Amino acid sequence: MGGGGFEARFEGRLGEFHLDAAFCAPARGITGLFGPSGCGKTTLLRCLAGLTRLRGRFSVDGAVWQDERIFLAPHRRRAAYVFQDADLFAHLNVRANLEFGLRRAKAPIATPLHEVVDLLALEPLLTRSTARLSGGERKRVAIGRALLSQPRLLLLDEPLAGLDAAAKAEILPYLERLHGAVAIPAIYVSHDLTEIARLADHLVVMKAGRVAASGPCRRGGDGVAATDEVRALLAEQAPDVTTGLALAALMAGLAPVGAPPIRPTVEPISPVQPRSRRPASDRPG
Amino acid sequence: MSDLAQVVLLTLRLAGLTTVVLLVLATPLAWWLARSRSWWSEIVAAITALPIVLPPTVLGFYLLIALGPRSPLIHLLAPFGVRTLSFTFTGLVIGSVVYSLPFAVQPIRNAFAAIGDRPLEAAATLRASPLDAFFSVALPLARPGLLTAAILVFAHTVGEFGVVLMIGGAIPGQTKVVSIEIYQLVDALEWGKAHLLAAGLVAFAFAVMLFTLLMERRFGRMRP
Repeated sequence: MGGGGFEARFEGRLGEFHLDAAFCAPARGITGLFGPSGCGKTTLLRCLAGLTRLRGRFSVDGAVWQDERIFLAPHRRRAAYVFQDADLFAHLNVRANLEFGLRRAKAPIATPLHEVVDLLALEPLLTRSTARLSGGERKRVAIGRALLSQPRLLLLDEPLAGLDAAAKAEILPYLERLHGAVAIPAIYVSHDLTEIARLADHLVVMKAGRVAASGPCRRGGDGVAATDEVRALLAEQAPDVTTGLALAALMAGLAPVGAPPIRPTVEPISPVQPRSRRPASDRPG
Repeated sequence: MSDLAQVVLLTLRLAGLTTVVLLVLATPLAWWLARSRSWWSEIVAAITALPIVLPPTVLGFYLLIALGPRSPLIHLLAPFGVRTLSFTFTGLVIGSVVYSLPFAVQPIRNAFAAIGDRPLEAAATLRASPLDAFFSVALPLARPGLLTAAILVFAHTVGEFGVVLMIGGAIPGQTKVVSIEIYQLVDALEWGKAHLLAAGLVAFAFAVMLFTLLMERRFGRMRP
């Protein structure tokens, strides 16, 4: 294979949970990684960062980060990770948190501090202790800290999970601005179709540890309106994971069921019983 | 009076040196114990905790053998002109380090364990190598545990009696520490001087406990 974009394939067992996921995505814009809680999204994201080690292969624009012989440790990967609970360093103030990755970046600084501070409106927070931040502010600082490490890939694990509606509404515009202003490709994990519809250029749908579908998203036009319908349907059919996945695939404008999959492991979307087991590493948001 | 000053100074020097040596030794050991997932790390943990349970005489007895002229350890040191370490200040430091080891390892290990994996993972995804993350994230976050360890080790060494009696003797300026001196003063019916030292130790112990509790309060409040 080789060439541009991300190519990832991971296979392995973590306790009870079995992950066997493969996808390709363009190395630009935002790739939404969507699926129900417990389907392995976070595990896959951790594999991409090198935080969880499973057998597999991962290349970024042709540069191999992992294969049968190579395993780059997380600190050699240039993949910045925004954790679900932000995980700011409690012993450092906001500015020192932001500069943590910046000081360690070996690449030329393409995303300087002032740019990130402007983009995420962090100026008034810089001298504050991390203990004195709201949930939304913590997320903003975590995103800024990740951007400043000059990554080639930004991994966002449910950045809006655990926030109330007001805080979500506060963060979403920043994420949208990020999309326009920063050239760093991102993989965005979420189980919320509204977020995905607003942000993603490319969608990877996961189900029970596998990638069920993958393809570019239709953007603009009736995208958001359609998403509201989708949400309503999802709410009605909450226990039925398959319906949600089918609708997500529909929204993403994927190839018809059974048609050219991206990898042989991709299976058509067909009625299956919802998963009951959940891996410990993928907490429901 | 200068006798007493010498005894007090020697005690402080012993406790200070023991604290420094133990912080350097116990921190990597505690780190390994906190991070290791293998069951046999608990065997190592149990060995380091032994001095809590063992009578000081048992510990002192084995130390006396290990540091005495016929020990293999001393044979190894023979080329450097060392004939014995029992009844020397160096021997006393080694004994104190062994005796106070659990008081250093336990709080530091707990502090490292309380940090969890996440801050270290965050550091790794921000380009920090494991060694870098240890110094820039793990150590600063474990500061309360390191401070508790330092206070406990210092105080415990000042209050040590049995081990010193076994391996130190009471050589003035060498191994004669406060607790031994009190014992000898009482033996010699010099109650006035004994009072002075004993009351001094009570005041010291109270100050240490109060300081520890106040620190805990402060660090407790700092937590988000």
